Amino acid sequence: MSIGISIEHIGVAADSDRGGPAQPLLTVNGLVKHFDLKKGFVDTVMGRGKVVRAVDGVDFRILKGETLGVVGESGCGKSTTARLLMHLIDPSAGEIVFNGETVGSPALPLREYRRQVQMVFQDSYSSLNPRLTIQDSIAFGPQVHGVPKQEAITRARNLLERVGLEPRRFAGRYPHELSGGQRQRVNIARALACEPRLVILDEAVSALDKSVEAQVLNLLMDLKEEFGLTYLFISHDLHVARYISDRVMVMYLGKVAETGPAEALFEQPLHPYTRALLSSMPSMDPDRRTEEAALAGDPPNPIDPPPGCRFHTRCPLAEAVCSQRAPSLKTRQRRETACLIHEPGSGHSHAAAVAAAVHAS
Amino acid sequence: MNTASRADSAPIVSVRDLRVTFNGGKKPVSAVNGVDLSVARGETVALIGESGSGKSVTLRSLLRLHPERRTRIEGRIEVAGEDVLALGSRALADYRGRVASMIFQEPLLALDPVYTVGQQIVESIRRHERISPAEARKRALELFERVRIPSPERRLDAYPHEMSGGMRQRAMIALALACRPQVLLADEPTTALDATVQIQILLLLRELQRELGLAIVFVTHDMGAAVEVADRFAVMYAGRIVEEGPTREVIRNPRHPYTLALMQARADGAMEKGARLASIPGAPPDLAQLPTGCAFAERCTFVQPACLQSRPEAVELGGGHRARCLRTDATAQAVAQSARATANTSILLTETA
Ligand SMILES: Nc1ncnc2c1ncn2[C@@H]1O[C@H](COP(=O)(O)OP(=O)(O)OP(=O)(O)O)[C@@H](O)[C@H]1O
Ligand SMILES: Nc1ncnc2c1ncn2[C@@H]1O[C@H](COP(=O)(O)OP(=O)(O)OP(=O)(O)O)[C@@H](O)[C@H]1O
Ligand code: SF4
Ligand SMILES: [Mg+2]
Ligand SMILES: [Mg+2]
Repeated sequence: MSIGISIEHIGVAADSDRGGPAQPLLTVNGLVKHFDLKKGFVDTVMGRGKVVRAVDGVDFRILKGETLGVVGESGCGKSTTARLLMHLIDPSAGEIVFNGETVGSPALPLREYRRQVQMVFQDSYSSLNPRLTIQDSIAFGPQVHGVPKQEAITRARNLLERVGLEPRRFAGRYPHELSGGQRQRVNIARALACEPRLVILDEAVSALDKSVEAQVLNLLMDLKEEFGLTYLFISHDLHVARYISDRVMVMYLGKVAETGPAEALFEQPLHPYTRALLSSMPSMDPDRRTEEAALAGDPPNPIDPPPGCRFHTRCPLAEAVCSQRAPSLKTRQRRETACLIHEPGSGHSHAAAVAAAVHAS
Repeated sequence: MNTASRADSAPIVSVRDLRVTFNGGKKPVSAVNGVDLSVARGETVALIGESGSGKSVTLRSLLRLHPERRTRIEGRIEVAGEDVLALGSRALADYRGRVASMIFQEPLLALDPVYTVGQQIVESIRRHERISPAEARKRALELFERVRIPSPERRLDAYPHEMSGGMRQRAMIALALACRPQVLLADEPTTALDATVQIQILLLLRELQRELGLAIVFVTHDMGAAVEVADRFAVMYAGRIVEEGPTREVIRNPRHPYTLALMQARADGAMEKGARLASIPGAPPDLAQLPTGCAFAERCTFVQPACLQSRPEAVELGGGHRARCLRTDATAQAVAQSARATANTSILLTETA
């Protein structure tokens, strides 16, 4: 069962835990990323100073050993959030606290943080070096962090075996000699090779067929158990997100729409966007094909997001107040929702009803 | 959808005994081992199957995108009357994009990072047609509207990395349609999209199929997505199509054990929280050393000695449904049993429909 990760090493990391197991491994406060638009383009079309509000004030926590699933509309800022967490791009505002220390502070320099956080990128091809065999690609990271070459290679081959790519057949191949699903498994192996504590998986299994996907999800669960890993799992496949996640965060247009325990959220979505998302799932029934998309209309432009609630332009329950007042994340029974319906006294006609129901139950 | 009348006319895509071998590595890899595939005009075929089974290689062969020196392609590929494997380089350049074009698994690979998406579409149109840049841009704008990219005028001037996955995917579909092809090859076009956008793209593909009479070969791992768009299913394993037939038939009455196993991996209740997921035990065969018998035999629950002797020929099951397996009866029985055992939801749905 060993993948060559030294238990002692993980043990040391666990010893340095701040605040014990109940303290979140990762806390994100007010995270913002605005991309500047290029000059000429800005001047001619949009006027000066416009930005793409890719991530626009996001707060969440990931507990130790937890899997947080992240779902949401294409372009809502999931990958940007992931890249911010990896410190591949600088945030416009906000703070990332890892294991009790602010990332980038003297107590937790970037280099030390980077060793503990690994990512599997959405784009499996461009994230592998085309000139390295896949074995060398996987062994590269550990060597950078001081693992002797032979040990790193052994670790790489063990991991290849674990992701279902027989090393004898595949270790010496180059990325272009693999199928999409095979490449994505190499990326997973590479992320795990550095003995991280937090692994960010951005659409890590979506290129795999259902049988291999099952195998890789089982592997991720095993490794989590064995090494106490924590996952941030971005997926558009709602079945998978539900299965693997302890909690799920739903994003819409750079903000958090809803967060909650996976089962509760899927059984009883609170935010109207979450509801639309869940009802967009194909039925698998050839006689009941979808005739109309559950969510019509254009996704709004992140350069000029709608005022008030960002979902109001497409929300079936929107009322006048929704375009005037921005909902904030309200917590109730381990669930957080940003919708005026769930904000007592917001002025939305359903809001009072919800508040009454709470008192009744 | 009149499949019968379509079948009468000659297929627009006809692949016969396609074999693709890569010679670049230490040992030759036989990625495709005798694929037969026909697609009628205006028909959508979903190509599904194990990761590494040769779906992308088959699609790329239809456009001859493999490096010529390191790849051996045998068999016959005919698309819209053109003998694709015989095309000279001029004719090939003309064929790509105009007769058949492709949407890739990863849009960032298809789109050039240093040009705006608009420039790329304009360039592609002008490579095939003598029209002014202004006119080409007008057509690019129409395409962006057609695939419903919001603020299309502005988005034409965006670089690929400035778009989200869903938007990039639409931009790539627009690029693929730029020269009005008759065949669209789609390699996992919705793999990286959320459910709301996925269903929009699937509906878009259905609309393009209907309105432009496009024939579409749609590679996917997502059965739900395949059911939404496909008239027919073709299931690949180790470089061959092991089962093919009308969508309804293949979904409800699979006859190849591999198809059955694949369906069961995602049946209702298969993803119960906390439980281990069922996967098909074992691994696909080494493509550098294919077994003489059925390539699935090593992992098959119904295997018999005869399965190891020679590669099974296609068994005709009626209505264009065929499977390459000696034990189609055993699979049929297993399907019937599981239907009885679980009062299979899809059967209930047929009765109420
Ligand atoms: N250039 C190459 N050299 C050697 N082998 C290759 C090459 N390209 C592909 N292969 C192999 O050929 C087989 C088929 O690859 P292909 O990309 O068609 O798979 P696929 O069915 O599309 O899988 P996926 O669903 O994972 O994308 C794979 O086993 C792959 O490793
Ligand atoms: N470098 C950049 N410059 C300008 N805009 C960008 C840049 N990177 C991303 N964006 C924009 O930021 C928004 C969020 O993009 P992001 O890739 O994070 O979305 P996502 O949620 O991962 O979407 P998907 O599910 O499609 O992958 C999008 O509108 C995108 O166009
Ligand atoms: S706040 Fe209003 S517009 Fe926003 S999701 Fe709730 S009901 Fe819809
Ligand atoms: Mg993304
Ligand atoms: Mg592929």
